[in-house]
Amino acid sequence: MPGKLKAKIVAGRHLPVMDRASDLTDAFVEVKFGNTTFKTDVYPKSLNPQWNSEWFKFEVDDEDLQDEPLQITVLDHDTYSANDAIGKVYIDIDPLLCSEAATVISGWLPIYDTIHGIRGEINVLVKVDLFNDLNRFRQSSCGVKFFCTTSIPRCYRAVMVHGFVEELVVNEDPEYQWIDRIRTPRASNEARQRLIFLMSGELQRKIGLKVLEMGGNAVVGYLQCFDLEGETGLVVRAIGTACTLEKISTLPATATHPSNSSPSKDMKDSPQAAPSTLGCRSTHSSPVHSASSRLSQGFSVSVPTLLFAGMKPRHRSSEAPRARQCRPGFGEEAPGVPLSSGPPTPLRAQTFSSFSPSKSYSRQSSSSDTELSLTPKTGMGSGGSAGKEAGPLKALLRQQTQSALEQREYPFFTLTAFPPGFLLHVGGVVSARSVKLLDRIHNPDEPETRDAWWEEIRQEIKSHAKALGCHAVVGYSESTSICEEVCILSASGTAAILSSRFMQDGSLDTEHRLSRQPLCVFSTGSERVEGDMGSSASLGFEEVVPPGCGFCHIPYDELNIPFPAQLTYCYCCRRYKVPDVLFTTIDLPTEANVTGKGCLIQARLCRTKKKAQGEGNATAISNLLPFLEYELHTQLMNKLKLRGMNALFGLRIQISVGETMLLGLASATGVYLTALPSPGGIQVAGKTPSDITYEQHISNMQKKINDTISKNKELHEINPPEVVEEIIGSPIPEPRQRSRLFRSHSESSDEVSELDLSHGKKDAFVLEIDDTDAVEDIHALLTDSPTPAGFYSCNTEIMPGIQNWTSAIQMFTSVRVFRLNANLTNQGLNKIFSDLCENLLKSLYFKLRSMVPCCLCHLNFTVAIPEDELIQVAVTAVAMSFDKEQSLENGKQSGEKTLIKAITENDEQLQFNLELNAETSSPNPLSSPKGLSEVGSHPSARDRCSSWIEQLKLKAHTIRRGSVKTTSSLEKASPLPEGRSRSLRSNRSYSGSSVAVVKMTPLSFIPGAKIIKYLGIINMFFIRETTSLREEGGVSGFLHTFIAEVFAMVRAHVAALGGNAVVSYSMKECVFMENPNKNQAQCLINVSGDAVIFIQESELESTSVQTQSATTHTSNGGEGT
Amino acid sequence: MSVELDVFVGNTTIMDKEVYQLWLNGYTVNDAVKVRIEGGVMEECEASAEVLLSDTMDQYRTFQMCERLLHHPAKLANQLLFQIPPDRQAMLIERYYAFDDSFVREVLGKKLSKGTKKDLDDVSTKTGITLKSCRRQFDNFKRVFKVVEELKGPLVENIRQHFLLPDQLARDYAAIVFFANNRFETGKKKLQYLTFQDFAFCAGQLINNWTLGAVDNMTEDMDVDLDKEFLQDLKDLKILITDKDLLDQHKSLVCTALRGKTNVFNEMEANFKNLSRGLVNIAAKLINAKDVRDFFIDLVEKFIEPCRSDKWTSIDMNLYLTHYTNSAHILDTFKHHAVWTRYMGVIKSCILKMYHD
Repeated sequence: MPGKLKAKIVAGRHLPVMDRASDLTDAFVEVKFGNTTFKTDVYPKSLNPQWNSEWFKFEVDDEDLQDEPLQITVLDHDTYSANDAIGKVYIDIDPLLCSEAATVISGWLPIYDTIHGIRGEINVLVKVDLFNDLNRFRQSSCGVKFFCTTSIPRCYRAVMVHGFVEELVVNEDPEYQWIDRIRTPRASNEARQRLIFLMSGELQRKIGLKVLEMGGNAVVGYLQCFDLEGETGLVVRAIGTACTLEKISTLPATATHPSNSSPSKDMKDSPQAAPSTLGCRSTHSSPVHSASSRLSQGFSVSVPTLLFAGMKPRHRSSEAPRARQCRPGFGEEAPGVPLSSGPPTPLRAQTFSSFSPSKSYSRQSSSSDTELSLTPKTGMGSGGSAGKEAGPLKALLRQQTQSALEQREYPFFTLTAFPPGFLLHVGGVVSARSVKLLDRIHNPDEPETRDAWWEEIRQEIKSHAKALGCHAVVGYSESTSICEEVCILSASGTAAILSSRFMQDGSLDTEHRLSRQPLCVFSTGSERVEGDMGSSASLGFEEVVPPGCGFCHIPYDELNIPFPAQLTYCYCCRRYKVPDVLFTTIDLPTEANVTGKGCLIQARLCRTKKKAQGEGNATAISNLLPFLEYELHTQLMNKLKLRGMNALFGLRIQISVGETMLLGLASATGVYLTALPSPGGIQVAGKTPSDITYEQHISNMQKKINDTISKNKELHEINPPEVVEEIIGSPIPEPRQRSRLFRSHSESSDEVSELDLSHGKKDAFVLEIDDTDAVEDIHALLTDSPTPAGFYSCNTEIMPGIQNWTSAIQMFTSVRVFRLNANLTNQGLNKIFSDLCENLLKSLYFKLRSMVPCCLCHLNFTVAIPEDELIQVAVTAVAMSFDKEQSLENGKQSGEKTLIKAITENDEQLQFNLELNAETSSPNPLSSPKGLSEVGSHPSARDRCSSWIEQLKLKAHTIRRGSVKTTSSLEKASPLPEGRSRSLRSNRSYSGSSVAVVKMTPLSFIPGAKIIKYLGIINMFFIRETTSLREEGGVSGFLHTFIAEVFAMVRAHVAALGGNAVVSYSMKECVFMENPNKNQAQCLINVSGDAVIFIQESELESTSVQTQSATTHTSNGGEGT
Repeated sequence: MSVELDVFVGNTTIMDKEVYQLWLNGYTVNDAVKVRIEGGVMEECEASAEVLLSDTMDQYRTFQMCERLLHHPAKLANQLLFQIPPDRQAMLIERYYAFDDSFVREVLGKKLSKGTKKDLDDVSTKTGITLKSCRRQFDNFKRVFKVVEELKGPLVENIRQHFLLPDQLARDYAAIVFFANNRFETGKKKLQYLTFQDFAFCAGQLINNWTLGAVDNMTEDMDVDLDKEFLQDLKDLKILITDKDLLDQHKSLVCTALRGKTNVFNEMEANFKNLSRGLVNIAAKLINAKDVRDFFIDLVEKFIEPCRSDKWTSIDMNLYLTHYTNSAHILDTFKHHAVWTRYMGVIKSCILKMYHD
């Protein structure tokens, strides 16, 4: 279906002087879309031309509308010689194709030249008329919404989460074409920029098609990457999670946005018609060549988080076999899985009404991955954790979810945060890597091999997840690292068990009504309570799993733990098993019970490698990888323990390959999950206890470590109820009792309880220093300097323990390149690399000191080896100030605890509650407070005695905790009237400046504000080159300007769409190359994010009339110059 | 091993006021780091010298990138490259255009030409202000001068609008421009005791009363030049000293009024003719551009110095000038009242301002 694209060139300003004689410019504009070009008149002798052109109209296919950018070129007219180009503007018109996004692009956009940077601005107006809606989705995927945000966007609710979508397109890199030898750098750069624009447009359209095919209307967690393979080509690939989203009107007055709800409705109607016609569309576009390649070495290692947790002594001795051990062979685990699904308990029958299983098989042709034998295992992994009265139900539910998932090729989700009740259990991190040799394309017709590579890896991931007893992978991401002809492909995610309710059609209608409120809200404290309540109310069976700890409960069978781990009973609910340590790639679930605050934990590693070519090189790299990964994990584990924490979230391991070295950087946010056992300390053990000085040295070290641990605990306010541990450790035969209870429902044997008993008391983690490696490790541990006072850091969306954000945010990007000396040892390299990261962090803290108290959120490190002996580290993050005084809202947790305390103190009431529940055994989620209700509501099959013991324990626990909390909150309550600088706060209503303020943040939300509209995805690619590096201030000056320019262009485009912020912003690529001898440098940057309109919550609170005017004001701000 | 590249870019451009001041003062990065270390910022924020160096370099780079925009402050508000909150923008501009009084005293009234710029290193050594800072200040003067020179309308208002400066700073610039345009001599030894603020006050008086814009702000002419017609008319005042009767009459009127009201009455009476001659001669000569330049030196030599040697107080001075001015109006043969008022009004306030140690 064709559409009409209309563009109007209004004016220019701040143009550069193009005519030296007159110090002026005779500018005109070329507007190009596809193969059609229009020109404006020449506006003579002005640096601020007023073209005020007519509307240029392009009548085009909507497929082209999706693929092509609108290209605006500003030129200087020259009578005698060729016209000189001033610069270009590429406008992605995709946001205009979706009725829910932007309607017009209007505003000042920077004119960009790849050699000179920004050269003035141009004011344009762009609109699109799509011809009627009826068959709008037939020919293309116009209308599918894309979000970079890795959670359900704030003003939508998920009707359904369909699953994984992926696509990649390949082309020759213009930089490596023969013509590049004769054309100017500018022409070459522009060809590249344009090609990438085209390719990402095409990719997005193709992904959109897949989404429509699945019946969705949006892609959430859209992650697009470029692989600059060099000679062999250019790959643009993307992954995302297909969803059906529904807009919720966030404004108090529902009438303000009547148009918003309608499009989603017709989205829901259309998919039926869509798939049939979509199938016949040829998606292979002609200029795209497929890159052939040959696989040299396949390597993959999965390190499911807990892997090394249990191996304490001697773990240095044999690394290689251990590394192998960490691959959970999926073939082995299959027979061991017990079929534990018992008959459904009649008592819980009423919960069945919430889903209708019959419909779940309606769509989705099952894609067969038979070689992996994904036989639908009923009750897979439910052995231990589901061995309760609710077990069978859960097993059944799980079975259902699983079958829904198994119909998908890849049960992957790029989401990192989930609607309440969606994420049931988390298994651990799964990852796979593969080393490939890139090869020149000999036969352009040869079928695509890149797809096959990724397929391999995804299968690997899938099987790892299965080994962990999980049917899904969440927080999934993919990345590559390329050096010459070697390419490392990596994928990682978190194995998990998900609730079926967002994946089945059946539950749609009932869910629809019930979960209306909870979904929109899981941002700030007060809302979250509401969300939790809503979700537990809507789902009868959800109460079985307490929201605060449910996700920690192991999904795998405790008899067949896929890796050595110590299991204990959950420290929150005391009924399910939890691991001692939990690693994940997702964000901390908002409902999770956390003690204290979190912090950024990084493992850094550098390994030298011999220079080699071709297959030899690939083999060498594959051989090094497992060691690298093993050591990164050891480092992470050590650092986690050093901080007295027991879980990692947002784990991201990046491995970068260079000619002579490999770099590994693992970043994550450590937290203390209340549900998990307290981590033991780190014990240093010497191997040769002969020397006294040596012993002394060791004890010194031990003391240092212990000091650090206690200091860290204090810093992060980790004061877990230690008393509880004593109770567990005390030889009350109670755990045994519990396990006996279990046995009646599951196949668990005494082994389980033994396991539990033996690890009831936490052992210390022993570090042996018998070789230099270990010494190095300890040094690495201790060199991490603590964050300065007033600062916190994390790489996740939210910082546990901090809620009362102010609206002051500061997004930033920092890049450092470090030159190494030749001939460094591994240790030397490690130290340098570690120092580099540490110093960078220190610099950031210093820079942002005016925002204290503040937290650096979403600290995203990217490492690269741009050339031999160079290490590049790029960081993008946001600093957010918060109020030190504990607000009422923040008191949610402590408030909840005092509530529990109050109730537990009142024994009579407790008993009554208990009896009531025992008799009716019906959940009473609204009246019973959380934490208590979980225990209180299911004592049915348990004998009274044991539940009483349980109760008493819990009581002791909560009282203890309650008192601890009170004191700590008292401490905090002491006001700290610091003169905080609030100058960074953007002042939205100031006069005198015509430039609208655009906030940027890598997070999916803006503190103190409500996102009321998503305007579309921002995905921009820029190249900048210079042949006068010294004149532009050297490499730093060059890159500084370029990054500032990229920010400026992102802001300008967002403002032109009518937005006032970019959320989920990320800089996905920053490739910097220099040649100081030639005075040249080149840099490529790729950024993405979601353009949004937000309004301050304070404004929102005022009357709806005002909010409405605020909204219109904001959009006007963008439109008006 | 070295850091090859090190940049930090914030969505909101981060600018440290302290570093900005160091940059404006013309410190090198290393000197700035030293100053910051001495300032104790390191202990305050648990930072190392390395961190400080990196931060300083980064800030310096940012300022250098901004400098281009600061030359046209209006551009700072609608440029897209740096997102700077308006209050920060105002701070940047104000500080960039701020100047050292000791520097401005050196170049006040000098032609803002290349030649003067070449001599800035002497000024630098004399004042202890870095050459870089001197150059910035000098270039600011020159830039403002160039823009305002061709503009119509009130001088102060023009400067404020074009350079977005706060009122006081705009007035100071107006004074600088006015002095540069009229090339008033301010460097003579006898004038050394006068501060820039003294001159700026006088300039304000002159601009407000003696320029063409002062009488008729609708005319096309500018505030920077003195009203030629007025200067012509000033010659008529000579009658006050050339006409013997008038001079005696004037003296007796003033002396009658002053008698008993001051301790230095005798000196006043004795010096009256001299002083009156001095002031009227200055008025009569102002038509010559050369004598305009010497306006302040003349005031000091012909009037202030004799009074000072007679130990007049400021109150005496005020009293004397008030009666001196008013008495002229009573003289029956004296016709040029308007010109006299316009002239003496300025002279009186200038002298009062300049009459100090």
